[in-house]
Amino acid sequence: MSIVQLLFSFLSVLAIFGAIMVLVSKNPVHSVLWLITVFFAISGHYVLLNAQFLAIVNLIVYAGAIMVLFLFVIMLMNLNAEAEPRKHLWMKFAGVIAGGCFLMVLVSLIRQTTELTGKTALMKEGNIGLIKNLGKALFSDYVVPFEISSVLFLSAMVGAVVIGKKD
Amino acid sequence: MALFSIGIIGVLTRRNAIIVFMCIELMLNAVNLLLVAFSKVHYGAALAGNPATTAGVDGQLFVFFIMVVAAAEVSVGLAIIVMMYRNTHSVDVNFLNRLKN
Repeated sequence: MSIVQLLFSFLSVLAIFGAIMVLVSKNPVHSVLWLITVFFAISGHYVLLNAQFLAIVNLIVYAGAIMVLFLFVIMLMNLNAEAEPRKHLWMKFAGVIAGGCFLMVLVSLIRQTTELTGKTALMKEGNIGLIKNLGKALFSDYVVPFEISSVLFLSAMVGAVVIGKKD
Repeated sequence: MALFSIGIIGVLTRRNAIIVFMCIELMLNAVNLLLVAFSKVHYGAALAGNPATTAGVDGQLFVFFIMVVAAAEVSVGLAIIVMMYRNTHSVDVNFLNRLKN
């Protein structure tokens, strides 16, 4: 087993374990911390797939900005573990069953695609993940979506301020 | 895929609005990772033949735009959650079924 496979298995196990811990931990702060673990593992996956720019952006945007926002809101609300009302046990059971069925459908779908059989994701080859090539594509072919996303950000900012304002 | 399913399970099983929101983030990240991985798989032959090609750059740019939209969505969603908490002093999602009247 090569070092890449070892890293891949380690990161996958870390991501899935972290995601499960996000669900089962009662304290929301612990959930946020586990979610940061998941994001770090996903960034590791990006590095393994030779998408360095996305790895860095994922760390900065998600683990840096969004999770700080979550932590800030949780601490603002001063939630504790007992505050959350519990769902019925068999509602939880039904949720797990539904999610498991969905996972089963997806796995069987992937296993049956002829497109993917016998192919593996190339780890090191190609340099499309580098910031130079991504930037060229972003500012030549994708200029219009880029500008539209800036308008989206502006509207989101105004919307957040309007909603959060005391009235 | 497992991450996406865990996100769905979380949305279905928890009642804390913030946890539900985190599970949505989890699903978005799972989709991002799958986009990058499948673009790598799909354009693997082209990449192996010519390392300077830009085939597959679309997938990574889609991921970039998904991150942009997710950041905007989180800011608005957390503002909505704060407003809801200010009005009801709880983050129970079940409160929202009063919306239907």
